[in-house]
Parts: sequence; structure tokens; C-alpha cells
Amino acid sequence: MNECPALLLEGVYKSFGENKVLKGIDLTVAPHEVVCLIGASGSGKSTLLKCVNLVEPIDAGRVVVEGEEITAEGVDANRIRRRIGIVYQSFNLFPHMTVLRNITLAPREALGTDRVEAEKNARDLLERFGLFDKQDEYPDRLSGGQQQRVAIVRALAMRPHLMLLDEVTSALDPELVAEVLAVIRELAHTGMTMLIATHEMGFARDIADRVCFLEAGRILEQGQPEKIFTAPEHPRTRQFLGRIIEAGRL
Amino acid sequence: MSSASTVLFFAVIAVVVVLAPGSGVVAERFFNPSHLWQSLVGSEGNPSVLEAFLLNVKIFTVSEVFILILALVIAVVRGIPGPVFFPFRLVAVAYTDLFRGVPLILVLYMIGFGVPGLGLSFVSYLPEVTYGVISLVFVYSAYVAEVYRAGIESVHESQNAAARSLGLTRWQSLRFVVLPQAIRRVIPPLLNDFIGLQKDTALVSVLGSIEAARAAQIYSASEFNYASYVVAALLFVLITIPLARFTDRLIARDKRRREAGALA
Repeated sequence: MNECPALLLEGVYKSFGENKVLKGIDLTVAPHEVVCLIGASGSGKSTLLKCVNLVEPIDAGRVVVEGEEITAEGVDANRIRRRIGIVYQSFNLFPHMTVLRNITLAPREALGTDRVEAEKNARDLLERFGLFDKQDEYPDRLSGGQQQRVAIVRALAMRPHLMLLDEVTSALDPELVAEVLAVIRELAHTGMTMLIATHEMGFARDIADRVCFLEAGRILEQGQPEKIFTAPEHPRTRQFLGRIIEAGRL
Repeated sequence: MSSASTVLFFAVIAVVVVLAPGSGVVAERFFNPSHLWQSLVGSEGNPSVLEAFLLNVKIFTVSEVFILILALVIAVVRGIPGPVFFPFRLVAVAYTDLFRGVPLILVLYMIGFGVPGLGLSFVSYLPEVTYGVISLVFVYSAYVAEVYRAGIESVHESQNAAARSLGLTRWQSLRFVVLPQAIRRVIPPLLNDFIGLQKDTALVSVLGSIEAARAAQIYSASEFNYASYVVAALLFVLITIPLARFTDRLIARDKRRREAGALA
């Protein structure tokens, strides 16, 4: 690898009280790579993403973004976060603002982009994701799928170098999942570096350059999707995927 | 059904009042038309209750502006995390505890008579009504700060998390994301406190200001008639009832919005 990794995790530990959620995570994500995290609920996928974005402070280990250790003392977390986009399961749009204002708020206030430019950029993004006519709507007038797409656009408006997606389709009605996945696919095609926690195994298999199977706060197995989904080595991975297939989700 | 029960209800009350042994005396002492009018517009030697009421209006208008600002500052200070800000949080908590605990009339006495007693050139020689306003601001901002705080805490933490994840600072998140939602939610209780404030302006009379209640008292003392109190009461009600209805409408509108939002 001739350039430094987009993201590097070394020995990341995280507990909530007695509950050890992450028990030594090592992970490298190369630029333009799409890595999917799979695993049962409670395996630590979401916590891992939150630690990368410094929403949760880690107990031990290092998180390095583009060569800069963000878990070091005295690092300006806000500056780092501006380079990392995160989208949550529950959209978390700002309900008192129009779609356009939701998207332009952070570029204008955090980056100091002027209004005209921020709005132009926002409209371009909305256009690209088929939401141009929704710019003046308030979030509660949109469907779940539309809201989640707006949330993705809102994160993209900060021109992040890395996107973290935390089970972004889990709160959606099944018929709305496809439109959101299409957006993520398009992002992958444009070379966006992404770390994706997901329960959509078909999607992970399709889009990921690499799949990591998390179990009880550790990455038990990782590799190309074909290998993980067709010939998993670890018995726990086989068991997990077996249950997924049984449930008709793969 | 509802109109029949309403008519019956008020008919019973009217009959009881009219048949009461002292009803004639009460009608003369409280509802004599000439006294009602005289106390409203004022007569020689007696101040007009209406004119005096304008002082109440001035007091609650000026006080409310300062209350809304000071209370917001207190609520925000109380929510600043981090050990460095502990003394500030402590002051905010002590402030709300103190001024919610002490009766307004005692605060009025202490500030209205205590501050002038200090003999400080810049705060001790103000008009007595100013000390009234200061006391109202102190007491009411303690209540209103708690209303704001409840509003701030009602905004789900995920909103703040989303704002911070986008790279906004804590302050930017508060200003653009949390406070606008919080304040919108607490407008009805804020108006409720505003109504309370309007009535409590009458207490400023203990410092010697001639506002509506004091003017009514002066009238009744010289004319031996209580119609002036009825006039003062009606003036207060005239102001508070529209505000109360307005508050109800806001609450109903918010409820409709929430329900519409839940369906979407």
C-alpha cells in the first residue's frame, strides 16, 4: 500500500461499565475501500462506528484517520469529525429545518461556506439523489427512505473523506430499503471510502470489498465477501450465516 | 345537553347569590354602576384604576423581556458539562433554588427596602417601581429557567449527536439544533408563567407604587365602596383571558402537528 490507510484501528477497547463491548479491534480500511461489518445485534458494530467518530471515547487502543491519530490527547474532535460523515439508523434529521437547511447548516456554520455556495452544493447533491423537489419540505413530510437519503446527503455536504453507515436501512419499511441501498451503491462507485454496519447480507455481499464478522466485540473473521459468505472458516461465522439463511435473509 | 346543563348550573348560582340575605348590600358595595365608573376613570382625590393599570402593563412587559433572557442564560449555564464550569453550574442551581423558594413579597421587601438602604450611588436611588421589576425578574426567571431546562432535556440526545457528528461545536449544536426545538416546545408553559407574572405585578404596590390594586384600595378607602376592586379585577382578567385562550390554541396546534408528524 503506497498511501496511508483511510482508517486504522489498533487494539481498540471499549466498555460501558461492566459491559465490555469492544475487546481489541484491529482494522485497516484503505482509501476507496468499502468494508462491511456484519454480526448479531450487540456484537459491537455500532459502538465501533461511534468510536471512530469520537462520539464514544475509547478505553484503550488507537484510531488513526488518514495518518492522524484522532484518539491522541488534545486533538480537536470537531476538525476530525468534519472529515468523517456518519449516518445513523434513525436518520436524526433536524425536524425544525427544511431539507435544504438541514444540509447547509454544517457547511455554513462549521466550514464557513457562504450561503449561496452551500445551497448550490446542496441542490446539486439533492439533484444527484433524486430529491431536488424536496428541498423546501420539512423532514416529517418525507417517507423514511427519503429522510434517510437526505441524511446521507447531509453527511456528504461536508465533503467527507470517509463515510460511516450505521445500519441505515434497519428502521425502514422493506419497500423503502432499495432506494437507500441504491444511493450507497452509487457512493461506492464514485470511490467513497465507507465502513458500513449492516444486516443486509445480500447488499454486503454485493457492495463490499471486504466483510468483517464481529462477534462479542472481536473481529472473528474477515475477507472478501465471496469467501466469507460461501466458505467461512470460523464455526461462529458459519453458525451466524446459517441462521441468516434460515431466516431467508441471504 | 351541554347547553341545558350550562343554563341550569348558572341559574342555580344566580338564584343562590340573589336570595342570599346580604345580596342587596353586596350589589351596592361591589357593583354600584356609578362607583364602578368613578373608580375606573378616577375622581377628585382618587387615582384612576385604569391609568394605574397601565403601570402594571409596563411592569410586566419590561419584566418579561428580562425574564426570558436571564432565564435562558441560567438554563444554558446549568447544562454546560465539564468540571471547569462547576462553579457556574453551582451558581445557576443556587439561584433557581433560592428564588423559587422565597415568596415574591419577601423578595420585594428585601430588594425594595434593602438595596436603597445600601446607599450605593448607582443602584440605591432608583424609582421604587424599578426595584419591583428587579424582584419580579429575579423570582420569575428562576421559574422560567426550569421551564427552559425541561424543554432542553426533552430534545432527544440523538439530535445533539447528529449535530456534533457533522462537526458542529457544542455551542453551535445548542444554538441551531437544540434550543430552537426546546423553546418551541415550551411556549405554552412560558405563556402560563407570563400570565402569573401579570397578576403578580399587583404585589409591587407594597413598595409604594400606585398600580391598579393600590389605586383600587385608595378609592375604596376614601369612598367606602369596593367597586374599585371589581374594576381592577376585570382589568386583569381582560388581559389574561385572551392570552390564556391563545396559549390553548398553541397547545392544540402543537398536538395536531405531533399527531400529523407521527402519521407521516
